[in-house]
Formats: sequence, structure tokens, C-alpha cells
Amino acid sequence: MPYALCFLLFVIGLYCAVVKKNMVKIVIGILVMEYAVNLFLIMLGYRTGGTAPIIDKTCLEPTTGQITASFINTSVDPLPQALVLTAIVISLGSLALMISICIRTYGKYGTFDITQIRRLKG
Amino acid sequence: MDMAIFYILLLFIIIAAIIAVETDNLLSSVICVGAIGFGGSLMFLFLRAPDIAITQIVVEVLGLIILIRATIARDLTFITGDREFFGLVVSIVIIFVIFLAGIRVFETLPDFGTAIFSKVHDAASQTYIQKGLEQTGAANLVASVILDFRAYDTLGEATVLFTSIIGATVIMRQKPKKLLEELD
Amino acid sequence: MIQEGKIPNGVKGMTVIVKTIASWVKVLIILFGIYIIIFGHLTPGGGFAGGVILASSYVLLMLAFGREFVEENLSLPLASKLDCFGALGFAMIAVLGFVFGGTFFVNFLVERYGQPLELLSAGTIPLSNIAIGLKVGASLFLVTLVLSISCKGKECRYE
Repeated sequence: MPYALCFLLFVIGLYCAVVKKNMVKIVIGILVMEYAVNLFLIMLGYRTGGTAPIIDKTCLEPTTGQITASFINTSVDPLPQALVLTAIVISLGSLALMISICIRTYGKYGTFDITQIRRLKG
Repeated sequence: MDMAIFYILLLFIIIAAIIAVETDNLLSSVICVGAIGFGGSLMFLFLRAPDIAITQIVVEVLGLIILIRATIARDLTFITGDREFFGLVVSIVIIFVIFLAGIRVFETLPDFGTAIFSKVHDAASQTYIQKGLEQTGAANLVASVILDFRAYDTLGEATVLFTSIIGATVIMRQKPKKLLEELD
Repeated sequence: MIQEGKIPNGVKGMTVIVKTIASWVKVLIILFGIYIIIFGHLTPGGGFAGGVILASSYVLLMLAFGREFVEENLSLPLASKLDCFGALGFAMIAVLGFVFGGTFFVNFLVERYGQPLELLSAGTIPLSNIAIGLKVGASLFLVTLVLSISCKGKECRYE
């Protein structure tokens, strides 16, 4: 059921990116799709009653210095978190690129409306 | 108790997304995107991912500043209407079919709360958790994954960020056009 | 083409209260960003989050004092040089792994110094965190500086 709600968020973003006429609304739709994908990846690695994947002194055996079995059995997955960490920063870079295209188009045509941008050379 | 918090936060995020998509005023739309990012950061905190929660909230604040500075200082903040009717109906029907087909896929995944790597014996995550501290020496397992076990992905991410920032700088350049005329 | 237009009062920076508080708070934000970068291998955080925090302290200055004040202190060519320096540092760590260890990007300092769970440990991971933090911070400051342009119709000026 939480997976279905996350997919509903993705579909809302897809609807906004396909149907709307204003250029900034299309950018907002792409941004909502990126949020939904990051949320879904982290939800895949969750374990009920789990702990964060960070080791401190309470997770090591006091005599040998090895990792306790309870930590191995209750830790959540660190691999999707590593993938999502870079994806969040890349989405900021792509947002900057999209907004710079919007600003340049507004400076040249005077509007954000994509049905009025029809000339190929200006 | 945890599941109730997840459902409340997901409902908050979906309501904010619907408002962001449907409203006419661009300022309300941008503020609702901020609400989505904030709710997402709280979700990451309750999903036991503190690294991601810190990164998400600071990136979302900077993204809001970029969006507001670039669009609200313009003249036009009200937008009108959708596209023509036939294209609208076909798009909505196709998106609805995609949604229904996608729901079927989630029945093949394990239930929410049982991680996939605990069912597969030679998954990569088992090695990262059991041998991460003794092979890399870092206590933060996520940092050891992105900077030691999978450092190529970080190199690729640095390249992508570099390229997109150069692209944005080149598009916004204010060079006069006299350079082409001087060559003649 | 930068047009000389009439700039209204509130555009170039904010009131005196905001300027005073911003000049005190920016030091705390930079200190917090450096803490998140350096302790990235022991507590949550790392290079990416710390770099974005460093960039946001300069963005705070840009919003409170106006664009020209910040551009005198950290100009566009200097920010882009810092960005390239961070990326070059990260690539150098990878090549040094190849020279000293035999494989590209291997952690070649992993048992040379320190014990686990202390500040000086984990080989090349703190050095990579510092390089990534510098790179991400300089990149995002550069792009926010470049995007602060306002256009009315076809005339564009920086504000």
C-alpha cells in the first residue's frame, strides 16, 4: 500500500509534465517525478524495526571488536541510500539547467506559454 | 505506530502535490513544491536514513531559492487554461491505464518492511554490512559505500554535476554579438 | 547587454536588521558545513550535504546584501577555479590509488593511520569528502549567482 501511494505521486507529476501549458509548471512536474523515484528507492530498503546503518560503540562486541549479530539482523539496506544521495544532488543541477532555458526563452519571446513559441528562428 | 506516521506523511505529500499541479498562481505552486520536499525529508528520517534527510532538506531549500528568484521576478505570474480538449482526454486515459498496470507490478515485490537483501544470501549489501568496518575503517556505512566500494558512481556524479553547471552558465552568458561581425 | 534602469529601493539587498543578523549568522553556517564535511565518515552527512550548506551561506549573503557585494568578494572566475580544483583533487585521489595500490581508485591509505571510530581514520575517505564538498559548494554558488537576472520583456539586467 505505501508503494501504491508513492506511484500515485509519480503519476501526478507525469500528468503535470504532459498536460500543462506553462513552462514552469512542466519543470515542477519533472521535479515531483524525481522526488517520487527517490522516495520509492528508500522504501525498498526499509526493514520494520530497523536501525540506521551507522556503527558506534554499542554495536561492537566489547571483547573482540566485531560487529554484533543484532546489528546485522536489524540494519536497513545501505545500498539504495548511497544511490539516492547522488541522485538528489543531480536533480538540483538539472533544475538549474531547466530554469536557465526557461529564462532565456522568456527573454526572447516574452511569454512562458509553449503554444505561442512556434517560430524556429527568432 | 510507524505505519500510521508513514500514511499521514504520504497523504500530506499527495495533497501538496495536487495543489501544486492544479493551482493557477505560480507562487502557491512553488511553495507547495517546498512542502513536498519538507514532507519527503521527514519521511526519510522515519525510514531510518539520516544522511538522505539532511541532504534532501538543504537541496530543497536551495532549489526553492532558484525557482523563486528566477520566475517570480517576472511580469507574468498568472497562467490560463490547458491544451485542447481531445489531447487532454487521450493523455488522461493513457495515464490512468499506466497507473492501473503499475499497481499490478507491486504485487511481485516483497511486502513493505521486509528488505529484499535479507532473502538473497549472496546480496551485495550483506558484504557491505558485515565487512564494511574492517575493510574500509569508516563507521558510516553509507559513506564507505559511496567513496570506497562504489567510488565510480561518485566520479560519474561529479562529472554530471560539472557538465550541467557549465551548461547553465553558457546558456545565461551575456556576450555581445560583435564577435561575429569582427571576423568579417 | 546590461541596461541601466531605475532600480527601486528594495531590490538591492534588504533592511539593516537583516544585514546585521546575516553577517553574524553566516559564520555559524560555514562552521556547521565544515563540521558535516569533516565528520562525514563517522556521523550522517558527508561531502554532498556539507557542500550544499557551504553554498547556501553565500546565497544568504547574496540575498541580504545584493549581488554586487558578493561578487566583489568571491567573483565568478574565482568560484569556477575552486570548482575545477575540487574536481581535480578528486580525480588525483583516484589516480594516486592506481599508482600506489595497483587498482584504480583503491583505498591505499586504509591501515596506515588511526583506529576505527576516531576522527583520523578510514584512509582516503575524509580526503575525498573534502574534495567533493568543495566542488559541490562552488558549483551551486556559481549557478545561483548566474541565475539572478531579471528581465522585463526584452531588456535584461542583473539585480
